[in-house]
Amino acid sequence: MYSQALNTKDTAAADASPDADRFQARIDAEERIEPNDWMPEAYRRTLIRQISQHAHSEVVGMLPEGNWITRAPSLRRKAALLAKVQDEGGHGLYLYSAAETLGVSREELTDQLLSGRAKYSSIFNYPTLSWADIGTIGWLVDGAAIMNQIPLCRCSFGPYARAMIRVCREESFHQRQGYEIMLTLCRGTPEQKAMAQDALNRWWWPCLMMFGPPDTESAHSDTSMRWKIKRFTNDALRQKFVDATVPQGQFLGLTFPDPELRLDEASGHWQFGTIDWDEFRRVLAGNGPCNRDRLTARQKAHAEGAWVRDAALAHAAKQQRKAA
Amino acid sequence: MAEGRTPLWEVFVRARNGLAHKHVGSVHAADAAMALQAARDVYTRRGEGLSLWVVPSNAIVASDPSDRGMLFEPTGSKIYRHPTFYEVPEDVGHM
Ligand SMILES: [Fe+2]
Ligand SMILES: [Fe+2]
Repeated sequence: MYSQALNTKDTAAADASPDADRFQARIDAEERIEPNDWMPEAYRRTLIRQISQHAHSEVVGMLPEGNWITRAPSLRRKAALLAKVQDEGGHGLYLYSAAETLGVSREELTDQLLSGRAKYSSIFNYPTLSWADIGTIGWLVDGAAIMNQIPLCRCSFGPYARAMIRVCREESFHQRQGYEIMLTLCRGTPEQKAMAQDALNRWWWPCLMMFGPPDTESAHSDTSMRWKIKRFTNDALRQKFVDATVPQGQFLGLTFPDPELRLDEASGHWQFGTIDWDEFRRVLAGNGPCNRDRLTARQKAHAEGAWVRDAALAHAAKQQRKAA
Repeated sequence: MAEGRTPLWEVFVRARNGLAHKHVGSVHAADAAMALQAARDVYTRRGEGLSLWVVPSNAIVASDPSDRGMLFEPTGSKIYRHPTFYEVPEDVGHM
């Protein structure tokens, strides 16, 4: 995971220079833009914001799942969860690396996250209360992430697209291990199945919010589409996700916490109820159940790692002096 | 932040012998040994490679994209550099 349209306003200056025209023509011709190429400032800003938010989401996303590593029910599950969380850390690093090609430093990006100025996906501000949450996250959160990320593999900015290809290759294991956990619980004791149902009840709506605000409210969707950073609208991706996920939930024998959910025979799409966008905005503004915990955990990890970074730099400097 | 910046390294991976090293991304590390360690952890978690290179990012000299025309377009007209430019009768066989 986890890129999310966060609806932060950006004045996408309608650049009207010959450079801007040439740039748009390259995009229209499906050419990739590489870091040293000329690009409109707004394109650069939009990408730095989107890629770094995506990177922060991967990194913060390690926290809710990391919470269960030591309590995984078997060695097999523990090894899988550890590998998944490690992957998410890796995704964060691929993405920071892509963002840095646009001229922003890692220190700056880290600082934006730790100071609370940067946003990350709202989904990680919900708690993981039971082992079933780990299954649900893999199945739904990573599932939603895959929906979001597959079109990003064709994003107009080369380094972002290449990072996404690596990420997508790894996500499929995440989703399958999550679904396998759910399947095991749903075929287990009534208590285990109830646990799975409870997790689905809590995660379903926040997962639908992962795709960002509805198209009618999405501030910079148009510009992002024109620049081919985004290929599908928030609502289109959300619908794809619902259509793919509902049959998987039915296979598990679970019910979705939405009385309005029904298959529209004519279109073949699953129609769903109204999303509580107030909740989304509340969580995004920093008032979700775990926002403060997540930020504190990141700040603590960064502060407690400072001596390691300092020591490594001091050692490198000493080696260099010796060699000189 | 009082701390200094940790240098950036570009990472290249050889997927298997017989292939060239290919650029995959970058890592931050204080020195070369740590850069290799970080590159291994970040870019080869699933048997992606048999060999790694890390190069200080600031050691790479890149051509300027705006020189692309000057540098690379002239070869477009030099079609005599390609085998298909030359006519050899079919009777001669494959050449
Ligand atoms: Fe991820
Ligand atoms: Fe994932």
